[in-house]
Amino acid sequence: MGGYGFYVWGSYLITAILIGGEVFLLMRRKKNLLKQNRGIHSLEGK
Amino acid sequence: MNIYKYATPTAFYQLAGKLIPWFAIPATVLFLLGLYIGFFVAPTDFQQGDAYRIMFIHVPAAWMGMFLYVLMAFYAGLGWAFNARLASMMASALAITGAMFTFLSLVTGALWGKPTWGAYWVWDARMTSTLILLFLYIGFISLQAAIDDPRRADRAGAVLAIVGVINVPIIYFSVQWWNTLHQGATIRLIGKPTIAPPMLAALLIMLGACWLYSVAVVLLRLRCIILEREQNAAVVAEVAA
Repeated sequence: MGGYGFYVWGSYLITAILIGGEVFLLMRRKKNLLKQNRGIHSLEGK
Repeated sequence: MNIYKYATPTAFYQLAGKLIPWFAIPATVLFLLGLYIGFFVAPTDFQQGDAYRIMFIHVPAAWMGMFLYVLMAFYAGLGWAFNARLASMMASALAITGAMFTFLSLVTGALWGKPTWGAYWVWDARMTSTLILLFLYIGFISLQAAIDDPRRADRAGAVLAIVGVINVPIIYFSVQWWNTLHQGATIRLIGKPTIAPPMLAALLIMLGACWLYSVAVVLLRLRCIILEREQNAAVVAEVAA
C-alpha cells in the first residue's frame, strides 16, 4: 500500500467491524424478540 | 393485489421478510466486486499514492449518511402529517444506519486526512457540518428513546429531523461556498468525472453495495420495531383467531 497500509487497512477494518456489528446486533435483537413472545410467531405465518 | 394492505405494519412485516434476501445477497456480491476492482484493478493515484483507496468506502459512506437523513426526515414528516405508524417506524429504522454511515465517513475521512493533509481532524466546513449531521442523528435517536409513548416520540423526532434537513445542502455545497481543505466533488451531475474509469467503476459499485445493504438492514430493523410495537396487536389477533 506504498506506506499507507495503516490508513487504508484501518479504514476497511473499521468498516467491517461497523457493518458486521450492525448485522449481528440486529439478528440478535430479532431472535430475542421472537423468543420473548411466542404469540408473535403468528406474524411469521407459522 | 391490493398494495394498500402493506401500509399496515403487520402486513408489511411479512413483505419485508420476503424482500430482505433480494437486497442482502446483491449487496454482498457488489461489496466483493467493488473491493476487487478498487484494490486490484484501479491504478495507484499519481498524487495520493494508495491512500486514495480509502475513497471507495469514504465517499459512499458520506453519501449514504446524507441520503438516509433526507429519507428519514421524509418518512418522519409523512408519519407526522398523515398519522401513519409505519412511516414513523421507517424513520426510526433509518436513523441508526444513517448514523453508522456518517460516523464511518468521519472516521475514514480522518484516516485519509492524516496522510494527505497531515492531520486527522481540522475544523473545516465540510467536516464540521458532517459532525453536526452525526449529532442530529444522535439527537433524533436519543429524543425518541427518551419519550415513552411511541406516537409522541415519533412526533418529537419528526420536528427535529425536518429542521435538521437544512444541514444536508450545507454539507453538500460546503466545498463550493467556503474555502475548505476538503477536496471538491469528484463526480458531478454535469460534466465528466475527474478520475480514471476503473476508479469510478469501483466507487459506483461500492455506492450500490452500500445502498442495497442499507435497504436490507433497515428492513430488518423495521421488522424488529414492528415486533416491539405491535406485540400486543399480534397477541390480540392470535387470541381472537
